[in-house]
Amino acid sequence: MQPTPMPIDNSAPAISQSEGPPLLEISGLKTQFFTDDGVVKAVNGVDLNIHSNRTLCVLGESGCGKSILARSILRIVDAPGRITDGSIVYRSADGRTVDLAAVRPGSRELRSVRGDDIAMIFQEPMSSLGPITRIGKQITETILLHRNISKAEARETAIELLDKVGIPKPAERFNAYPFELSGGMRQRAMIAMALSCRPRLLIADEPTTALDVTTQAQILDLIDELKEELEMGVMLITHDLGVVAEVAEDVAVMYMGKVVEKSDVYSIFENPQHPYTRALLDSVPRIGVTRRERLPAIRGMVPHPLATPSGCSFRTRCDSYMPSICDRQEPALVQHGETQVACFLHSRESIHD
Amino acid sequence: MMGFCLRRIMYMIPTLFLVSIVTFVIIQLPPGDYLDSLAADMGESGSDNTAVVETLRQQYGLGQPMYVQYYKWMKGILLHGNFGISFEKNVLVTDLIWDRLGWTFGISMLTLLFIWITALPIGIYSAVRKYSFGDYTATFFGFIGLAVPNFLLALLMMYVSFKYFGQSVGGLVSPEYIGEPWSQAKFINLLQHIWMPIVVVGTSGAAALIRIMRANLLDELYRPYVATARAKGMSEFQLLMKYPVRVALNPFISTIGWILPSLVSGEIIVAVVMNLPTTGPLLLRALLVQDMYLAGSLILIVSLLTVIGTLISDLLLAWIDPRIRYQ
Repeated sequence: MQPTPMPIDNSAPAISQSEGPPLLEISGLKTQFFTDDGVVKAVNGVDLNIHSNRTLCVLGESGCGKSILARSILRIVDAPGRITDGSIVYRSADGRTVDLAAVRPGSRELRSVRGDDIAMIFQEPMSSLGPITRIGKQITETILLHRNISKAEARETAIELLDKVGIPKPAERFNAYPFELSGGMRQRAMIAMALSCRPRLLIADEPTTALDVTTQAQILDLIDELKEELEMGVMLITHDLGVVAEVAEDVAVMYMGKVVEKSDVYSIFENPQHPYTRALLDSVPRIGVTRRERLPAIRGMVPHPLATPSGCSFRTRCDSYMPSICDRQEPALVQHGETQVACFLHSRESIHD
Repeated sequence: MMGFCLRRIMYMIPTLFLVSIVTFVIIQLPPGDYLDSLAADMGESGSDNTAVVETLRQQYGLGQPMYVQYYKWMKGILLHGNFGISFEKNVLVTDLIWDRLGWTFGISMLTLLFIWITALPIGIYSAVRKYSFGDYTATFFGFIGLAVPNFLLALLMMYVSFKYFGQSVGGLVSPEYIGEPWSQAKFINLLQHIWMPIVVVGTSGAAALIRIMRANLLDELYRPYVATARAKGMSEFQLLMKYPVRVALNPFISTIGWILPSLVSGEIIVAVVMNLPTTGPLLLRALLVQDMYLAGSLILIVSLLTVIGTLISDLLLAWIDPRIRYQ
């Protein structure tokens, strides 16, 4: 896989690194599903910042609200889910800000951000591409939607993109249907589609889960390269600690709709603070550690979303559970060294305020 | 695509061959033949016509084994376009049926068009606005349309149009235009009449297709590729038409195959009730008096139309869905 130079417009000013104002500022975000059985709080008060040219990995088990968080940003949460509180402030290249949580879902303002400023790669390459539309058409469609260029130019750009993401014979593949491509190739086409308007923020929702390990590594490398090249902010959702170790700069660990720990990637791996993060790390097999015992797993299951425990939502599975503390009150995210963590082990003083 | 078309057209030949055999056997199945009923009629009037009947039997070849009769019939059709003669009317079948076939074909096609034009948007609406007032309304009328028998609907509409709009009842044109040459006035008169059988025959088909379209589209609306299209920044209408509707059309189109024959056979009883100059009443009469070449030819030609309809739906499908084309 050789990255060929893309027609990158180098005249664009280099966008601020992590020191500058964040590209996307999520605060107090709540996305809830109003089902017949009750309200599912899929995202329950999340604060996160995403910066240009940095990769934020959102880590967590299935059903902890990672995907819904990602979909909330683009406002593509399907009914009966909707954002009930909080803001998602996106800062565009010219410095203007827009609160994506507040705009009307079908509005022109929102649609001009989707696919152009913020693009998304979905989990299942098999079903995330329109099944009976040619790959090339699906890519040029996005370009023509946001750029005022001719069809021929869009076609050229699309073929260059296909080449860039490592699809062999891109001019031929341009006319291929999704069912003619392998899973890895489809995900590459998907990435080409997401990058077609050179987004400033790329959201990748478990982009490699459905792929084999070799392809997985290639796709992750590709995303990383493109991040550097386009100075994109990347939000990568995964449950795979290997992926986190490979590409992340920042990590946010989610449990039951909340961020329980966030930090830079080194602190997370070397000095995890939250019992959940520790448990996740412990449940990964390590090379060189030979033991005949079973690999530790986090005991229990993620509680039913309609029956959330009182207090700290992880207390039912936590090894450090402190009765009459953890079940009384929800721990808030507090700074602890390099890390922000929501656990009473680190914020006992805050219990009684 | 060319190869696909050719292959599909080749498939038609054995199908039609089998249909012709089955048709011929079925119309021969009832005991006796046209000459028996003729002889019985003559016998009632008191004269002895055994000799005449025997002569006719020789002439028509009715005494021969079935396969010989079939062979002669087929040979006539394939080599001379001669479908045999109608015993009852004593004229060539071809002289009797073309006019009526034209009307049947025309009405069926218009009905199909009517079904599509109503079912497609209503089906899409019902799926996108699931459980809305409009969806419930469409569902309600859909089930009524499915449940009310065609002939009853025909009677009802004739009654209403006669009682409240003073329109002449039955037929495709008012009595004063029958046998007249075509004129603008006659054409307008035709339009005033022809919508009624179209609506009557088409209602149940449209109702069924609305349900099919709604179910198909509901299956597609929440697929990941729809979210992908939305995330690109497409407008809701644009992405709806370009992605889920296109995929949902697939089973919708393949229903043409069975809608067409059901239109043609559903039309028979409506045509009798509304006195339409189509093949329906002719076929019914031919079957009653065992006018076998007439009945057989009608069934054969209607089957041909059906097979062609299926072919068209197959080709449309292949055109719309590349997954079928590339198999």
